[in-house]
Amino acid sequence: MCLGIPGRITEIWDDRGTRMALVDFGGATRTSCLAYLPGAAVGDYTIIHAGFALAVVDEEAAHRTLATFRELGLLDEMRRQLAAPREREARR
Amino acid sequence: MRYLTEFHDPELARRLLDDIAATATRRWTLMEVCGGQTHSIIRHGLDQLLAEQVEFIHGPGCPVCVTPLEMIDRALAIAARPEVILCSFGDMLRVPGSASDLFTVRAHGGDVRVVYSPLDAVGLAEANPDRQVVFFAVGFETTAPAAAMAAVTARRRRLANFSMLVSHVLVPPAMRAVLGAPDNRVAAFLAAGHVCTVMGTAQYEPLVAAHQVPIVVTGFEPLDLLDGVRQAIGQLETGRAELVNAYPRAVRAEGNPAALAMLREVFTVCDRAWRGIGVIPSSGWRLAPDWADLDAQTRFDVAGLTVAESAHCHSGAVLQGRLRPPDCPAFGTRCTPRHPLGATMVSAEGACAAYYQYRRLTPAL
Ligand code: SF4
Repeated sequence: MCLGIPGRITEIWDDRGTRMALVDFGGATRTSCLAYLPGAAVGDYTIIHAGFALAVVDEEAAHRTLATFRELGLLDEMRRQLAAPREREARR
Repeated sequence: MRYLTEFHDPELARRLLDDIAATATRRWTLMEVCGGQTHSIIRHGLDQLLAEQVEFIHGPGCPVCVTPLEMIDRALAIAARPEVILCSFGDMLRVPGSASDLFTVRAHGGDVRVVYSPLDAVGLAEANPDRQVVFFAVGFETTAPAAAMAAVTARRRRLANFSMLVSHVLVPPAMRAVLGAPDNRVAAFLAAGHVCTVMGTAQYEPLVAAHQVPIVVTGFEPLDLLDGVRQAIGQLETGRAELVNAYPRAVRAEGNPAALAMLREVFTVCDRAWRGIGVIPSSGWRLAPDWADLDAQTRFDVAGLTVAESAHCHSGAVLQGRLRPPDCPAFGTRCTPRHPLGATMVSAEGACAAYYQYRRLTPAL
């Protein structure tokens, strides 16, 4: 019930004053209510709980997070590579 | 799927794990609050990958698990009435009450329906004007906005035959209760990301300040959880206690303003008994006085309930992180998802169900 997963909005319509959307979860589609996301548009990824879209996934934030992960350990690797030739020299 | 596969990338998981291993000088005790996160941790074996750095205490964030027994019994009594259609989320049907569960009530002729959205229950009320439709509204801050909109929609459509049995629960008071327990061992929290999607992050600031405990707002995919752990341990190792948002793609500091406004309109905060835990002050939502006409609790008088918890189930200790599910004598033998003794074995978010699904066949660590 609480497992909100991201899906893509493919269609938006009005049902008696309430904004509704068709959301695609990688093949499976669900009707969801957009009442809490007045700014959401077709193409946005959104997180759905109990049939309600509660947040639009911020693509930039997602890329920033992934970029941070990619950088983890890179500094150590660089240090190791820089240190390696010197160590070889020292052993000589 | 976008935003799923990227956050399952094994190469990046390796980087996060190495970083955590390089930072941690000891084993830290962390609590992931949400049952969805518990499932992800057990399913992906993150607790095993991090065995040397982290002891996970699984939090009470399983909504059907903590719905008070008295409320379940009340729902069962209402569902048994011939004029009623009782609707709830699928997880609720197997949750054991004192003497029965909703499945059994349905087998004996009760009209019990599973809905995906509370709006479906409103639709049922519209389609069945000669019946009373009751929506059993359970869950945390993530499902409450949906229930609030059902109330608003039913009133807008002037449906006199719709009501709600409301038993919503709130996460921060439960975290405060965990921290206030005399035997508390939690050094840092991974806070439930989707609750913050609705509520924002400011509500955790007083907890961080009062208890000097790091709180990292965390998502649900393996990389999200590893990052939550990394940021929590980074703080613990350097003696800091801060509120950090490690799930910025879904959580803004201010939460969802439209949902917050609706929640304030429809619900008021109340004390709530958590199943297996006890009463936690200001930890629930009930219908606000303006919405009392939609309250199923007053519409259907079910006096004379005798509430009795199973003597064999230790789900209270599980929910408070005092017992690991495999250490319960009934786990996997007398208690299985098909024949659950306690709610923690039922729900997709219950800790006992998570261990049963993913760990039954592997020796416990
Ligand atoms: S395994 Fe079953 S009996 Fe034991 S605590 Fe979990 S739900 Fe209760």
